[in-house]
Amino acid sequence: MAGLSLQGVGKTYSGNVDAVTGVEIEIADGEFIVLVGPSGCGKSTLLRMVAGLETVTRGEIRIGDRVVNRLDPADRDIAMVFQNYALYPHMSVRDNMAYGLKNRGESRAVIDERVAEAARMLELGPYLDRKPRALSGGQRQRVAMGRAIVRQPAAFLFDEPLSNLDAKLRVSMRGEIRRLQRRLGTTSLYVTHDQLEAMTLADRLVVLNGGRVEQIGAPLEVYRSPASTFVAGFIGSPAMNLLDARVEGGRVVLEDQAIGGAELPEGPVTLGLRPEDLRLVQAGGLALRLDYVEELGAQRILHGFVGGQPLSVAEAGAAPLSDVVRVAVREDRLHLFETRSGHRIERAGLAAMEPAE
Amino acid sequence: MTRGSGPRARAPRCNQNSGTQVTDTPMTTLETERTLLARLRAWYSAEDANPTKRVQFDRPLTPWLFVLPQLAVVAIFFYWPSVQAVTSSFYIEDPFGFGSTFVGMENYGDAVTSSQYRDTALFTAFFCVVVTALSLGLGLLLAVKADKVIRGTETYKTLLISVYAIAPPVAGLMGMMFFDMHMGPIKDLFALFGHDLRVGIDYWDTAIALITISVWKQIPYNFIFFLSGLQSVPVPVREAALIDARSGWRRFRDVILPLLAPTAFFLLIINITYTMFDTFPIIDVIVKDKPANNPMTLVYKVYLDGFKGNDIGGSSAQSVILMVVVAALTVLQFRFLERRVHYG
Repeated sequence: MAGLSLQGVGKTYSGNVDAVTGVEIEIADGEFIVLVGPSGCGKSTLLRMVAGLETVTRGEIRIGDRVVNRLDPADRDIAMVFQNYALYPHMSVRDNMAYGLKNRGESRAVIDERVAEAARMLELGPYLDRKPRALSGGQRQRVAMGRAIVRQPAAFLFDEPLSNLDAKLRVSMRGEIRRLQRRLGTTSLYVTHDQLEAMTLADRLVVLNGGRVEQIGAPLEVYRSPASTFVAGFIGSPAMNLLDARVEGGRVVLEDQAIGGAELPEGPVTLGLRPEDLRLVQAGGLALRLDYVEELGAQRILHGFVGGQPLSVAEAGAAPLSDVVRVAVREDRLHLFETRSGHRIERAGLAAMEPAE
Repeated sequence: MTRGSGPRARAPRCNQNSGTQVTDTPMTTLETERTLLARLRAWYSAEDANPTKRVQFDRPLTPWLFVLPQLAVVAIFFYWPSVQAVTSSFYIEDPFGFGSTFVGMENYGDAVTSSQYRDTALFTAFFCVVVTALSLGLGLLLAVKADKVIRGTETYKTLLISVYAIAPPVAGLMGMMFFDMHMGPIKDLFALFGHDLRVGIDYWDTAIALITISVWKQIPYNFIFFLSGLQSVPVPVREAALIDARSGWRRFRDVILPLLAPTAFFLLIINITYTMFDTFPIIDVIVKDKPANNPMTLVYKVYLDGFKGNDIGGSSAQSVILMVVVAALTVLQFRFLERRVHYG
């Protein structure tokens, strides 16, 4: 077991396409890091560079204290779980798990013991002699995990391991992965495009966009103070409302209505409001012209317009709604971003809000 | 899906037709006409009482029409000649076609006891094993190498495959030029090693030429299949193997090769058939009109005895034996080899 360190890591494909640029991540031993971002953001490329399945164009990747840039995947002491399981179709479950160990020259006894242990952990005992095609999707995914576990590697690499499973199975496998990782204490790097999966699994999130790191932080930290409009829109569901507002005379003004103080120079800002931070009120607040309502059971999401700008509100009520509802904004839950760059503007008072939660 | 909607889609049109008839046809005629029409239509479109039994085709004759050309080809070019061959193998035919005498199994006895036949059979077996092994092995080797090529893949593939477009007799002729006793470059090559290559005169020299040309001709075919087989091995499976095994040879032996087994099994059968039958034109070009005792396969001997030696009965008996042997061989392969083949 070991930490992982990525220093200035970049990847340029032929034709000068930059897939990944200047990634700096220090991962402590035993940490669960989730790389999250939309498709094409370079997260899989980054993972594959760590695995050794892609060459590293720039920078340095260390596993423990070894620079692994030029090592064969088999020599990097990692194990990878693939999206479509990538099991060897002609081998039994047992052989699938044992194959890597056999090639490393482990003794028969050690192999048997580790396979038995992994099978017990993953409840694969009854299937050890079956071929992968005789297993369900969830079982196959467990075999893939077993194959990773038996190696007892320095790091687990997960490449969207749950995206081929149905929604229900995904949730239960998510829990299983987290439990296993805690128990084994193995450093893990996990790639997903699903922000919910990222939030629930990660010790720390790495949000990637266009091959660059947008933000690194604990899930709640990223949720509460997103570093940019991109992160703000990507993390959290339903997505954060991002509205064009102005700072006028020390106040944030949205559609001619002042909604909070801001010690900022006058000019346009992007205002971020989480749908779940908004409340319906009888009087005052912003006037929201309703467009449609999504009923989710535990809560409903109201979609509408404030002035000309779309805004959504998540609320738990079931009261009938009129065409125009009043929405109150909690001043301490405002997020402000520079309109031009999308960077977060830290405000006095915003930091004070966090411990209160 | 379409088969369900077909008849239903026609139904409204039928109503329209009868609707127009109402204007100028008496009611009774209309009724009979309609039932007759309905019955005809039902027969025509096979709308029988049990709709669950209705399969792909709307009309009962259509499937037969589709199979007919294939059936005709099989009947005319396989069953009929086979029956002819089996019948004439029991007769001794007059060389000038004046009649034939029934001799029972005598032709078979003659063939089996003839030392010449035994030599040819032995050579055929040898030829079959060597050509199949070499063309499969080299085809696989080239495919594995081509699979790794990233730049210029298409050119490389096309170059390797293009040989397959050459007709066997042409391949034979080209080979003949390469092996020519007076101007062939391969003769010069052998001369470098101190061997005087005399194709068409020396038995084993001719065998070398036959094998080389036959293998050369068959490699592209095996190459195409192996390459497509290799490319259908899922990339993540290869990558998983990359993490599991450092040695490329091990990855190939343990992961790639087993996944290629269905392709290899198919090619094995095709290649054996090729060496047994399809090498005929190559052999013909190389040994035709050569005076010496040259190697040949059983098929060529069938042709030689039957058409050159005018021994129709004897050659028919040989061809029946050959047919039985190849059939038995194929059955054996399916029984004993296919069990070890993993289909995805």
